[in-house]
Amino acid sequence: MTTDRGPFRPIVANSQPANDTPSYGSTHLRHPTQVPLRIPQSITETTGPRFTPARFGPMADLSVINGKQAQGERIIVRGRVVDENNRPVPHTMIEIWQANAAGRYDHPGDQHDAPMDPNFHGGGRVFSDADGWYQFTSIKPGAYPWRNHHNAWRPNHIHYSLFGTGFGQRVITQMYFPGDPLLALDPIFLAVPDQAARERLIAGFDIDITSPEWALGYRFDFVLRGRDATPTEQA
Amino acid sequence: MLAATANQTIGPYWHLIEDPTWSDLTRFGAEGEKIILTGTVCDGAGSLVTDAAIEIWQSSPVASEIFPAFGRCRTDANGAFRFTTLKPGPVAGLGNAQQAPHVAISIFARGLLNALTTRLYFQNEPLNEADPVLSMIEDEARRHTLIARRDASGAWNLDIRLQGDNETVFMEI
Repeated sequence: MTTDRGPFRPIVANSQPANDTPSYGSTHLRHPTQVPLRIPQSITETTGPRFTPARFGPMADLSVINGKQAQGERIIVRGRVVDENNRPVPHTMIEIWQANAAGRYDHPGDQHDAPMDPNFHGGGRVFSDADGWYQFTSIKPGAYPWRNHHNAWRPNHIHYSLFGTGFGQRVITQMYFPGDPLLALDPIFLAVPDQAARERLIAGFDIDITSPEWALGYRFDFVLRGRDATPTEQA
Repeated sequence: MLAATANQTIGPYWHLIEDPTWSDLTRFGAEGEKIILTGTVCDGAGSLVTDAAIEIWQSSPVASEIFPAFGRCRTDANGAFRFTTLKPGPVAGLGNAQQAPHVAISIFARGLLNALTTRLYFQNEPLNEADPVLSMIEDEARRHTLIARRDASGAWNLDIRLQGDNETVFMEI
């Protein structure tokens, strides 16, 4: 038995990137140098915000604006949100953002010389269903250069933000695409020490999610921290 | 057992999901003691961090239909964030401990591969002395990196330093 209020398990060793990752230049002046204080998990850490579709409206199709199709390769992303105990996380909000097919964000800070697409914004929001499943439609984001090092290019990726059921479960991550040659060169992806944990950030192509004459399908699952098991009550 | 999905940086373009109204936790009509929380974020060179997402979460007052207890705010061109919320009260800690009023904070930014989490406490709260988290911090100067002070306008101010002198106490939960 697990409860919805119990403390979260400790973070699995090597499954998370180090804040001090010298190959990623922006970490130099932004990573704390003091060891973090390990605090006991109280109600502040074990509970968290709840979002409802009524108040935070879903936007599950990023591929079209006012009936006009965005440029690029249309994709469907589908997957499941579970916790470390392999229990589905139902009705949880997933925020999504990404570059357009040419590798340009609809953002004033993005000065990359690639075309904007008037029919693509790149922000979305979906909720998992009662069994933890989610799905949205978009276009495959393009790769783009960044100035981290000479000839640095970010692999194709989609950003995600999930809340789960407690402050300690919050995750912001990126999903990558299978077979991308830029992955082997990307300091952000490579910052995850454990190879298996790293590779779980790569979506799988899925012919069953692929929609004939319409869009390619990718499968991407999220795992949120699990709560400690509590002793089963004896009958 | 499965391992949780790895974190990746929020990057510089997260504003695509930004809703500026989220910085006001009273926007759905919650009533109580309204307070303003402000501060700036700076890096190890003292430069302002102008692309961060700051999130707050409160276990008091308890979240409800009209009080999300959660907010998100960008740091602006001056590295500053500003929330409107309700003043938290004391909450239960582990065992018989009582926690001083506090707000949990997460900081996401380009250059941060994981969220940095910390807490904001309020100056002159009698419960601060016995708070189980503040009490874990032996160095008084470091403890003060978590304690907001009231400025001339009445807002509660807490500056966050990611690295270096007066580095904020960050927490692993």
